[in-house]
Amino acid sequence: MSSMLERRKVLKAAVAGAATAATGPWFIKDLYAADEIKIAGIHDASGGLDLLGRPMIDVLTMAVEEANAAGGLLGKQIKLINYDAQSNIQYYTQYATQAATKDKVAVVHAGITSASREAIRPVLKRFNTLYFYNTLYEGGVCDRNCFCTGSTPAQTVEKLIPYAMKKFNGKKIYVLAADYNYGQITSKWVKKYTQDDGGSIVAIDFFPLDVTDFGPTIKKIQAAKPDIIMSVLVGGSHISFYRQWAASGMKKQIPMASTTFGLGNEHVVVSPEEGNGILASYAYFHEVASPANTEFIKRYQKRFGDKAAPLTEVAAMTWHGFQLWAQGVKKAGTVDRMKVIEALEGGMSYEGPAGKSTIDSATHHDILDVYIGEAENKKFKLLQSFSQQKPADTAAVCDLKKNPNDNQQYIIDVKV
Amino acid sequence: MDLAVVVLLQVIAAVASLVLISIGLAVIFGMMRVINLAHGEFIMLGAYAVIYATRWGVNLWVAMLVVAPIVVGLIGVVVERTVIRFLYGRMIDTMLATWGLSLLLIGAATMIFGNVTAGVSAPLGGVTIGEYQTSLYELVIVAIVTAVVLALMAVLRFTQAGLIARATMQNPAMAASLGIDTSKVYAVTFGAGAALSGLAGALISPLSGVVPTMGVAYVAKAFITVISGGAAIITGTLSASTLLGSLNTLATFVATPVIGEVTLLFAAIVLLRILPQGITGKFFRRAL
Repeated sequence: MSSMLERRKVLKAAVAGAATAATGPWFIKDLYAADEIKIAGIHDASGGLDLLGRPMIDVLTMAVEEANAAGGLLGKQIKLINYDAQSNIQYYTQYATQAATKDKVAVVHAGITSASREAIRPVLKRFNTLYFYNTLYEGGVCDRNCFCTGSTPAQTVEKLIPYAMKKFNGKKIYVLAADYNYGQITSKWVKKYTQDDGGSIVAIDFFPLDVTDFGPTIKKIQAAKPDIIMSVLVGGSHISFYRQWAASGMKKQIPMASTTFGLGNEHVVVSPEEGNGILASYAYFHEVASPANTEFIKRYQKRFGDKAAPLTEVAAMTWHGFQLWAQGVKKAGTVDRMKVIEALEGGMSYEGPAGKSTIDSATHHDILDVYIGEAENKKFKLLQSFSQQKPADTAAVCDLKKNPNDNQQYIIDVKV
Repeated sequence: MDLAVVVLLQVIAAVASLVLISIGLAVIFGMMRVINLAHGEFIMLGAYAVIYATRWGVNLWVAMLVVAPIVVGLIGVVVERTVIRFLYGRMIDTMLATWGLSLLLIGAATMIFGNVTAGVSAPLGGVTIGEYQTSLYELVIVAIVTAVVLALMAVLRFTQAGLIARATMQNPAMAASLGIDTSKVYAVTFGAGAALSGLAGALISPLSGVVPTMGVAYVAKAFITVISGGAAIITGTLSASTLLGSLNTLATFVATPVIGEVTLLFAAIVLLRILPQGITGKFFRRAL
C-alpha cells in the first residue's frame, strides 16, 4: 500500500517537474522562433548504414545553407535539425515524435531502410507532419502525408533487365538476393521483367545479411550455367561475393547486373578487376554529365572537400526532395501542411542534378529520369538514360486522388 | 564427375575455413577455460593488419602469414596482462570482460579505421577443373590450415614448451609446485591463441569485406565449432569442423544457403543434446 502511494507521489512529482521544465523554454522559444521555419532530417550518421546516411545529411545541410544564403523561404530563415538515428529503428520513432511534437517542424526528411520508413510514417501521419522519404525502395507506399522521391523497381529494374539481356546476349538469369523484404520483393520484380522480356530465371538464392562465404553458391552457379548473374545483395558482408566471384575466375565468363551495386559505393571498395563491367540502374549517378550536375558536384566538393564520398541516388534524391518541398511552400505561400500537399499535387516538378523529377499526384511518388551505368575503374560509365519514367508499380495499387485517406504500404502482387 | 570433384573440394575448403576461424578460440578455451568473446575482434584486427601492411608496401603473403599473427599476438599478450589474468577461474566474469573488450575494440577500430568497408583482392586467380572453375586461393588456404594444425600438434606433443603447456592445462597447481611459471604460460598461450585468430582474419581478408564489425559474422560459428568439438583442442576442432562444415556445404548445394546455415545450427544442437561434452567428450578422449 505504502509503495503504491509512493509510486503515485513520485509520478506526480515527475509529471509536475517535467511540465514546468518544459513549458518555460517552449514558450520562450516560440516567441523568438516566429521568423524561422524549422525542418528536421533523421538519418543514420553512425552504425552500419552510415555510408548511405552521411551523404544524405551533407546534401540536406547544403540545400538548407544555400536556400538561407539566397534569402530563405517566404522571407524566413530555415533551421535544419539533424537527428542521428544510429542505424537503430527505435531512435527513428523517438526522433520523429520529438521533431513533430517538440520541434513542431514543417517537414521531416528521413529514413533509409524500408523498416525505418514504416516505423516513422505512422508517427508523422498521426501528428500531421509532412514526410519526405528520399530513398529508392521496393514500391507500394500509399499515404497522402508522405512523398517518396526515390526510384522503384518499375522505373529501374524494368529497364535494366532487357538492357542486360541484350548487351550480354543471354536469356537465362541467376538471381542472388539479400534475405529480407527488399531482396524478396525486388527478386520477384526481376523474375517478372525477365519473363516479360522472353528470358527465364534459372534460380533465386537468398542470403542472410551476414553470409560471407559464397564458395558453394559459385559452384552451384557454374553447374546451372546461366547467361547472366543478377545481384540484389546488400551490405558489407555481401561484398565478399564480388571478390570471390572474381577470384574464382568466373567473372570473365558470366557477366553481371545489379540493383544495388554502387549504392553503398561498392564500386569504390572492390578493385577494378572485381567490379568492372557490372551493370546498374538508378535515378542518379555521380557521373551524370549534365551542366546542373557538374555544377552541383563542384559545390558539394567545395563544401565537404575533394575527398567527400561519391554521391549516389539517395543523396541526390534528398536534394530533389528538399527542393520540391521548398517549391511547394513557395507556391502555397505558407508551410501549412495541407496547403503544401495540395501545391505539390499540382504536378510540381524540379530540374536538378539527377534530371527532372515530377511529383505524380496519384501516388506521391516521383516521375524520374533513369540511368544505366557500367562500373569502370571505380566509377560508373553511363550507357543510356530514360527520361521521365513513371512509378507504374505503385500506380497499379495506389490512387490517392480517389482514396485520399488511404494509408498503407501495399505488397504489390507481382504476377510471375 | 567434375561436379563431384568440385563439391568435394568445396567441402574440404569449408571444413578448413571452420578450422581456421575456430582454432585460435579453441586454444584459448581448451588450454585456459577462458571464453574469449573478443575472438571475432581479434580476427578483425588481423584483417586490418593485412590491409594496412599492404598499403605500406609489404608483400601480401608476408602481411598475411607474418605481420598479422605477430601484431594480433602482441595485442593478445597485452590483453592477457591487463585484463584476463585477474579473472582466471571466473568464467562468467571473463565472458563479461571480453565482451566489453569486444565492444571497445569495435568502437576503437571504427574511430581509427572508419566505418568503411576496406579490402584487398584475392591473389592467384582461378584453376580449371573440367568444366568448373574454382579459386586457387581457396586451395592455398586449405594447405595453410593443414600446415598450422600439424605444427600445433607437433609443438604440443614433441616439444618441451608443449609439455609444459599441457601440464599447466591439466593441473595448474601441480605444475606450479614443480617450478613452472604458470602465469607466463598463460600469457604465452593467450598470445598464441590471439595470433592464430589474427592469422585467420588475415587469410579471410581477401575473401570478404573488412569492416570493424566483421568479427560478429564469425564469432558465433567459431563458438559452435569449439563447443561441439569438446575438450581436446585439435581433435575436437577438426572433428566438429568436418561434421558441421560438410553438412553446411552439402545442404547449401542441395537446397539453399539459408538451409545450409540452418542445417549447421540444427546439427550442433542435436550433437550437444546427445554429447553434452562435445565430440571429444565421448570419442578420441585421449587425443590432443
